[in-house]
Amino acid sequence: MVLPFFVVLMNAVKSPAEYSSDGPLSMPDGVYLDGLADFWERVDFGQKLWNSVLISGSVAVLAVVLSVLSAYAIGIGRIRGRPYVLAFFVLANMLPQEALVYPVYYLSKEAGLYDTRLSVVIVFTVVQSAFGTYLLASVLGGFPREVIEAARIDGAGKWQVLWRVVVPVSRPTIGVLMVLFFIWTWNEFLLPLVMLVSDDNQTVSVALGVLQGQRDMDATMTNAAALLGVLPAIAFFLIFQRTLTRGIAVGAAK
Amino acid sequence: MTAAVSKDAARAAGGSGTPSRRRWRTSRGGRRRTGGSGRTHRTSTEGSYALFLLPGALAFLVVIVVPFAMNTGISFTDWSGVGTPGFTGLENYDRLLGDDDFRESFRHSLAMVAAMALIPTALGLVLASALFDFVGRHAGSRWVAVLRACFYLPQVLPIAVAGIVWSWILAPESGSLNELLGAVGLDALQQDWLGDPDWALYSVMAVMVWVQIGFPLVIFMSGLQRVDPALHEAAELDGAGWWRRFWHVTLPQLRPEIAVVLLWCTIAALKVFGMVYVLTGGGPGGATNVPSYFAYQNFFENFQAGYGAAISTVLTVLILVLAVVALKLQTRAEDENS
Repeated sequence: MVLPFFVVLMNAVKSPAEYSSDGPLSMPDGVYLDGLADFWERVDFGQKLWNSVLISGSVAVLAVVLSVLSAYAIGIGRIRGRPYVLAFFVLANMLPQEALVYPVYYLSKEAGLYDTRLSVVIVFTVVQSAFGTYLLASVLGGFPREVIEAARIDGAGKWQVLWRVVVPVSRPTIGVLMVLFFIWTWNEFLLPLVMLVSDDNQTVSVALGVLQGQRDMDATMTNAAALLGVLPAIAFFLIFQRTLTRGIAVGAAK
Repeated sequence: MTAAVSKDAARAAGGSGTPSRRRWRTSRGGRRRTGGSGRTHRTSTEGSYALFLLPGALAFLVVIVVPFAMNTGISFTDWSGVGTPGFTGLENYDRLLGDDDFRESFRHSLAMVAAMALIPTALGLVLASALFDFVGRHAGSRWVAVLRACFYLPQVLPIAVAGIVWSWILAPESGSLNELLGAVGLDALQQDWLGDPDWALYSVMAVMVWVQIGFPLVIFMSGLQRVDPALHEAAELDGAGWWRRFWHVTLPQLRPEIAVVLLWCTIAALKVFGMVYVLTGGGPGGATNVPSYFAYQNFFENFQAGYGAAISTVLTVLILVLAVVALKLQTRAEDENS
């Protein structure tokens, strides 16, 4: 399972000469980082990273806010038709993006949002919050009523109860959701591919995917691309794991 | 696509679904009991809570509902993407029925279901119980966690990056796989893995198994923790070997998880796009084309938005039907667990 990662790492630090003489399976003689640096500059990788961080970060925050608001109404407010509202959110989340992509592309052109990072942020905020609403609503459904009633008796309005009581207590779930939204948005491919056509707006995933699709990369470049794409994912993975473990305590808010 | 899948991993690994659901039930029961006095001002509180749903509802209207309705509408037209669309009724759907490329793409979807649902579920079951039984008992839980993490890693990788890694490994000239085959003297097996129409689909399938396996593994491992160890011990005392215990204890106990994993993975398999885009571009000669890539081609390469919309509508109906079934099963599984 992890073998491909080792092969990538091994070859990303080889010089092109060493690669062509010894092939992909030999151990590298030394550490040669020019290939990585070259690739970084050629695709302006710093910009792509920044785009990915900006888009994924905004989506993570905005989608959590949206999820919290909707889930508050459903899980604690117990609005009428709750199961149907929940079902709607789940199905919206399961919808294949192919069924949205063309109208979204068309509408964003009409609205002057085409090829802006904002357009992608808006769409993914809504898509991710569908899952967030579903998860948070079921967690908040188990929120101790006494705590809310006590706060209401103390004179807190619904808005205050939400931010002063519900959100702080639900922080573990909210943290998990934020990390998930960030990673999922980082990994998204189809919509960013369609929406972000200019080089300056592309995310890491799209930039690497498009490069590969054009097939103008030599072996050394492919390796550099693979390594630079894998590293952030591994970094998140470490955070992701720890946050998830914390998330197990989600239901423990008493 | 991976996203849709890892979501459920989170749901299962987080383990939050079951306990909170149970509490939800009881508190709802509690409410019903006290409901008599609170009835009168219930409507007024409901109204103001509904305000909190307003931003979400509006956002969903603009980003999901309207585009989805538009897509369905476009599917009944001959629209090229510019100009005025002309209404053609069911013509696009009629054309789909007779389109060999479309039928081919759905056959490849079935291959993806095998690669992303059936094979990973079967392997995941064996691996999960092996990790649980052997590694867990003899090497300790630390090793289990490390191995589980290794299997799960591809799930958090952007699909485009996984695609780059694999297209380089599977490259015909000096790709690692061919080099490796050469090094051990199996030159005869060397292939143009992604460029040969006979091999391309199997190569993509193999990569998808690699991507997907971590998801069922994680779910099944958390499911195994729920199984009462007394069942295994009783079977062991009765002289059942590992395989018989796996077959008669583990499998029946994990039935709810298996059903859910199979359905969610099938949905993910129907949505495959990124990997096909990066690895093969649907080629060679359509040998790896899938419905979502076929729709994309019609939207953005052939300028047949109407036809593309019809393809994606058919795909959507299929996925939504499966999603409804999956949700029903999941609710039932959670009820059984609690």
